[in-house]
Amino acid sequence: MIKAIAKTRASTDVYAIALTAMIGLGLIFAAGFSHAAGAHDVAHDTRHAIAFPCH
Amino acid sequence: MLRHLLTSALIAGLGAGLAATVLQIAFVVPLILEGELYESGTLLHFSATGSPQSPVTHPDIWAEPARHFGTFAMNLVTWSGFAFILVAAFGLAERTGAKITAQSGAIWGLSGFVAVQLAPAMGLPPELPGAIGADIVTRQLWWMATVAASIGGLGLFAFGRGAGAVGAGAVLLLAPHVIGAPELDTYFGVAPAELSAHYAARSLAVGAAAWAILGTVAGAVWSRPA
Repeated sequence: MIKAIAKTRASTDVYAIALTAMIGLGLIFAAGFSHAAGAHDVAHDTRHAIAFPCH
Repeated sequence: MLRHLLTSALIAGLGAGLAATVLQIAFVVPLILEGELYESGTLLHFSATGSPQSPVTHPDIWAEPARHFGTFAMNLVTWSGFAFILVAAFGLAERTGAKITAQSGAIWGLSGFVAVQLAPAMGLPPELPGAIGADIVTRQLWWMATVAASIGGLGLFAFGRGAGAVGAGAVLLLAPHVIGAPELDTYFGVAPAELSAHYAARSLAVGAAAWAILGTVAGAVWSRPA
């Protein structure tokens, strides 16, 4: 029983970790790699400072 | 677990984003603005008269304050993104028995700097505005592959067992640079070399500081008693 609960918890953790990593990738893509002109202008100095390949 | 991950990531992302913005505006943005004088042709280096001398200028960084709001907003988004990935890695590492603290967080953060900024800079150094590079999509792909390979290499150094893991880690770290970043066969620089070099060094140094802050804050929040 305890083992089963521990196992369920462990797999929930894996989903939580995966979800967190996906959110992170989404944020980085939006800030650093989106080719939309508006995103580019606002992000210009940040992208240069972090050296994302920019234009 | 999810709440723990999200709280740590948001606090660390906010702290690092704020610190990165202050450091960038103080040390990096002034050089970007000076570079833009050459990008726009307001200043010409080594042209017209052929003179190798250009005046050092210090553009007013507060001429367009709105621009810094954009930088602040995008730093928050970017550093939160890094923070989410970092705490996801904390979660995975803890499952293998690693202990996360503020101190180990600092090392995690600096490793993030190595993988995300220092390693890609080997092939694609930080560029002033106006620099001309190879095809953007090819450069973005090389950048992403280099970051992924460097994270894998450092991960094998830190968590792998035996000489095989260290060897594989070294191969992963070196491979992107042996393959080489996409490059042009011509130099196009319009800005003075000193300005470009200073800019590259400063953006890496500011990046290292922000990553150290990111890792330390994330580790401290992660390990605080519930």
